[in-house]
Amino acid sequence: MAQKKLGKQTLQFGSAPVILSKASVVGPKEGQGPLGSYFDLALQDNLDNQKSWEMSEQKIMQHSIELALEKAGLVPDDLDLYLAGDLLNQIISSNYTARFLSTSFLGLYGACSTLVEGLAVGSLLLDGEYADTVGVSASSHHDTAERQLRFPTELGVQRPPSAQWTVTGAGSYILTKAGSLLKIPQVTIGKIVDKGVSDSNDMGTAMAAAALDTIKVHLQDTGNKMEDYDLIITGDLGLLGLNVLKELLKHENLPTDNVSDCGIMIYAPDQDTHSGGSGCGCSAVVLCYLLDQMLKNKYKKIFLVGTGALLSPTSIFQGESIPCIAHGAVIEK
Amino acid sequence: MNDVGERIKQIETRMLERTKTLKSYESQQKPVQDNSVWDNLNMEMQIDHQKVLLWEAEAVQQDKQLFRELREKIEKQQTLAHDLVTLSYTKKTKHLAPPKTIAKNVVLAFLVGGTITTIGQVILNLYTNGGLMEKEAAAATSASLIFLGALLTGIGIYDKIGSFAGAGSLVPITGFANSIVSSALEYKREGFLYGVGAKIFTISGPVILYGTVVSMVVGLIYYFVR
Repeated sequence: MAQKKLGKQTLQFGSAPVILSKASVVGPKEGQGPLGSYFDLALQDNLDNQKSWEMSEQKIMQHSIELALEKAGLVPDDLDLYLAGDLLNQIISSNYTARFLSTSFLGLYGACSTLVEGLAVGSLLLDGEYADTVGVSASSHHDTAERQLRFPTELGVQRPPSAQWTVTGAGSYILTKAGSLLKIPQVTIGKIVDKGVSDSNDMGTAMAAAALDTIKVHLQDTGNKMEDYDLIITGDLGLLGLNVLKELLKHENLPTDNVSDCGIMIYAPDQDTHSGGSGCGCSAVVLCYLLDQMLKNKYKKIFLVGTGALLSPTSIFQGESIPCIAHGAVIEK
Repeated sequence: MNDVGERIKQIETRMLERTKTLKSYESQQKPVQDNSVWDNLNMEMQIDHQKVLLWEAEAVQQDKQLFRELREKIEKQQTLAHDLVTLSYTKKTKHLAPPKTIAKNVVLAFLVGGTITTIGQVILNLYTNGGLMEKEAAAATSASLIFLGALLTGIGIYDKIGSFAGAGSLVPITGFANSIVSSALEYKREGFLYGVGAKIFTISGPVILYGTVVSMVVGLIYYFVR
């Protein structure tokens, strides 16, 4: 029996890794949103003087990890390992960012769950004493995602009300063993949940089922209750997805007052994003804000549930349903 | 190991049991709960599946075929079970989906589409008044509208009109210009050959292809019916 495992899917760290520093870089729309002032950097425009959207995304990821390193007083060489992921084919934003850091690198793909996946893998490496310092990044960019997964950016199309808006943003975190108040004591690794939703404009509904599964398993594994957390935050189900999740939780007789979603927090209702934000970058930058709030004592213990819709344009055109996953990480002060 | 027939029978008995359970779920329209009964059912199917798969791999000649058929039956059962999950989940979540704004979309499409075509008519009248023949004026009008659509796409306005008007700005010829120019803009960064050249018709391709096919069919009908 694995000694550090609780129940079925939850991993308990012997010496809880800490989040030493964090940094976020966002696009202009996110900068104008309600959390705008909490982000480290906001671009003036989505292209940011680069030759392509892709290069712009790569730069924001690079800038976020550089900022996180600098805040911690570290240089890339101090990282034992760098973990990063994004939405683009072959995760190129991460690959090109890692090129600048010249440190051991593992690429991750978990769609919007990438950040939590990174925090989980990073924590495992630290607790397993395979590393002393680990960098974790996740990014997404509205225009790169749009052109890869949907349509050219200038095409005049109507988005359905359930569609989410891919966040332009990158968040980076430095994990280490001591030196910060923000600990990650447990993570719950999700399993694929596919309820047969095949509408790529309604990923919130598809992912809500995965989020429910992970939350339920987490409570079961740890014996905790919903009320034990100041905030259970999904990233990112969007408006519709969160409503679905709350409905599903009600079916299970679980309280929903402390449940919220990164995709809803990042934009104001009048920013015309329909169902809210999505993309790896969304939870990656909103977590920066949440950690700030934790340091200000607004929250003591949160459960971050990264939810990923693991579809591809090909699978959608072939009529396949969307396999979803949700990983959870407990962060406490 | 016991013989082939017995092994198949063993699996088939379990399959029959499962079919009963699945049928009961289906007929009673019971919601498929995330409960242990359901999970066990799925796990059992998976275990049977991998068992039969190995038998199939190890078997020779006609036994292989028997196991293969059995495996495919299990796969069908798995699909059936997943369909029930889909059905049950859709039922639970459908009422939460925001209502589709069809009426509003139709009205906006009518107004904006009407405006665009009215502009087209004005341009046509100007050309005819300017002394062009009717056929020449029509071609010149199309060209002018295509130019306007392309221009508005280039300066980043057409996508905003489109998100407001939907089909109203998609169906007129300006929408066709938008689909081509937006692709050209988007893929320019991959170069003029493999970017613009290969992908300029990604959105408008279906219109061109099926437009041509339909015109051929209509032409044939016209030829025979005339």
